[in-house]
Amino acid sequence: MSKANRSGHWPKLSDKLTKSRDPARCQPLNRDTTIYNYCSDPDALEGVKWLSCYLTTGVHFQFYNAFVKVLLLLAVTAPVALSFGFAGATAARSRFLPLSWLGRGYIAVVRGVPDIAFFLFFVIALDQMFEYVRHVALCPDWEDPIRQGADFIVCQQAKLPLSSAREWVHETYAFALAVFTFAIVFGAFAANVLFGAMQAVPHAQLETAEAYGMSPRQTFWRVLVPQMWVFALPGLSNLWQILIKATPLLFLLGIEDVVYWARELGSTKTARFSDYPHGDWRMWYFLALLVFYLVMTWGSERLLNRIGARLSYGQATAGGEAMRKGAAL
Amino acid sequence: MSCIETIQAYGLRSLGIGERLLPRSDFTLCEQFTLIGSGMIWNIYFGVVALLIGFFFATGLALAKTSRNRWLRLPADGFIFLFRGSPLFIQFFFAYFLFLSLKRTNDFFDPFTAAWLGATIVLFCNTAAYSAQIFYGALQSVPKGDLEAADAYGMSGWSRFRRIVWPTMLRLAWPSYTNEAIFLFHATTLVFFSGFPAWQQRGDALYYASYFADKTFNPFVPYPILALYFVLLTLLVIGGFGLVNRRLNRHLPQTARPRLRLRPNLIR
Repeated sequence: MSKANRSGHWPKLSDKLTKSRDPARCQPLNRDTTIYNYCSDPDALEGVKWLSCYLTTGVHFQFYNAFVKVLLLLAVTAPVALSFGFAGATAARSRFLPLSWLGRGYIAVVRGVPDIAFFLFFVIALDQMFEYVRHVALCPDWEDPIRQGADFIVCQQAKLPLSSAREWVHETYAFALAVFTFAIVFGAFAANVLFGAMQAVPHAQLETAEAYGMSPRQTFWRVLVPQMWVFALPGLSNLWQILIKATPLLFLLGIEDVVYWARELGSTKTARFSDYPHGDWRMWYFLALLVFYLVMTWGSERLLNRIGARLSYGQATAGGEAMRKGAAL
Repeated sequence: MSCIETIQAYGLRSLGIGERLLPRSDFTLCEQFTLIGSGMIWNIYFGVVALLIGFFFATGLALAKTSRNRWLRLPADGFIFLFRGSPLFIQFFFAYFLFLSLKRTNDFFDPFTAAWLGATIVLFCNTAAYSAQIFYGALQSVPKGDLEAADAYGMSGWSRFRRIVWPTMLRLAWPSYTNEAIFLFHATTLVFFSGFPAWQQRGDALYYASYFADKTFNPFVPYPILALYFVLLTLLVIGGFGLVNRRLNRHLPQTARPRLRLRPNLIR
């Protein structure tokens, strides 16, 4: 974006990313990329054999790749958001007022407004911010204003990624932007959870630490942080489930994710453009996505319950007490 | 065009009343406020209808989930798991394409592919599942003494439910249910980004906000306007639910009444 295309419209981020490449509608990518030998002549196939060939075409592997993208997003966003949240919660607890306001402000700003609005907003805002910073740094003698009416114009060297960059650079940049956006939004949620957890640690524990002569820093790292997790876990596991369920929103950020491919692959294919003509199968593709997400949330619920049991062990909470009694019987 | 004229032209644009063409250039602040505000009509419509119908279904689901009869319990469990375990965004897509293929077989399903009905059904099922889980939790924590007292008074069946269990359930669930209502209103912004077409550009608030952001390439005006509208709506919901909360707790001593607390809004 920030580049006018030929028709004079301002392209959305998604336009910038997807370009004209559209494999699902292109000429058969798959004609020579078959896995099974019998797939060379799809017209002659039937039933299960046809399906096995259909599901192993090149575009389908891009679809499967999109699932890896979802998992990658989860794997990267979760720790980054958690550290954002930790920083936010620590800032909100600070005795230094401006820092405390900053932390509380961060938590409060993401409340009360639909998250999708944040996603749509941050992706453009971050992109423009990066380009603006680079513009100021790289082109100090640029005279024209950055915003001219409906245009956002920075000098060529400041563009991100450079217009000469390879396609994978564009894709990686877009993905990084998406991860950063997710981390900001979920960081605020995590900050809220961690802030509550830090408040929930019994005050006597902290006083005892002080009585032993620990400095505030030592008290924080050796007493408060190890004990807060058991209080934070219910909130964090809820947040993890919500993060899983938020991953399809990658689609709105212009990433070729599972939703994008489900729409592409499921739409009607005619015999002229595809070796595997079929009607409108988008419903079935989205059903597969539905099942995928159900399995994800179900699996993580079971896992998180186990972690919860592990963390409650030996804690002065109802859960920990129940385990102690259970062991004594 | 003065601001009054703009409001006259675009105030009900999201319903198809007034000026047909959306502004294309030189967007004024007034136009952005008016159109995004006009889109809020849809958000409120989706939210209110889904909540109203969903409330009763949720009560039924919660009761079914506590039932001893497995033929009641298992379907309720499944329904709640299905709608709480998958993203709303995917539910919208799936439902839209499902209705689309049903439409091909039968004309009866024609209106289902339009947002006003199709999206409302999805939102209704979704909020019913989430609320049912909340109500289920509340049903589990109805004080045992209350039930014993009801038994002692000779109440059973419907009258016990109507007079003892249900009011207590609502009282216990109300703070969480308020949050659920807020989330639901926020979730309505997904509708026009998920398959359901905005016929003749009649969209919701986020639809118009992203329209302006695309055209002006400046996200710093429309999205804060949208945020402002939603903060106001959230305050309104909290106010309205707060009144109900006060009525539900009116028999309790002043200090024992649970306060409504807004938790951070979360996506489903």
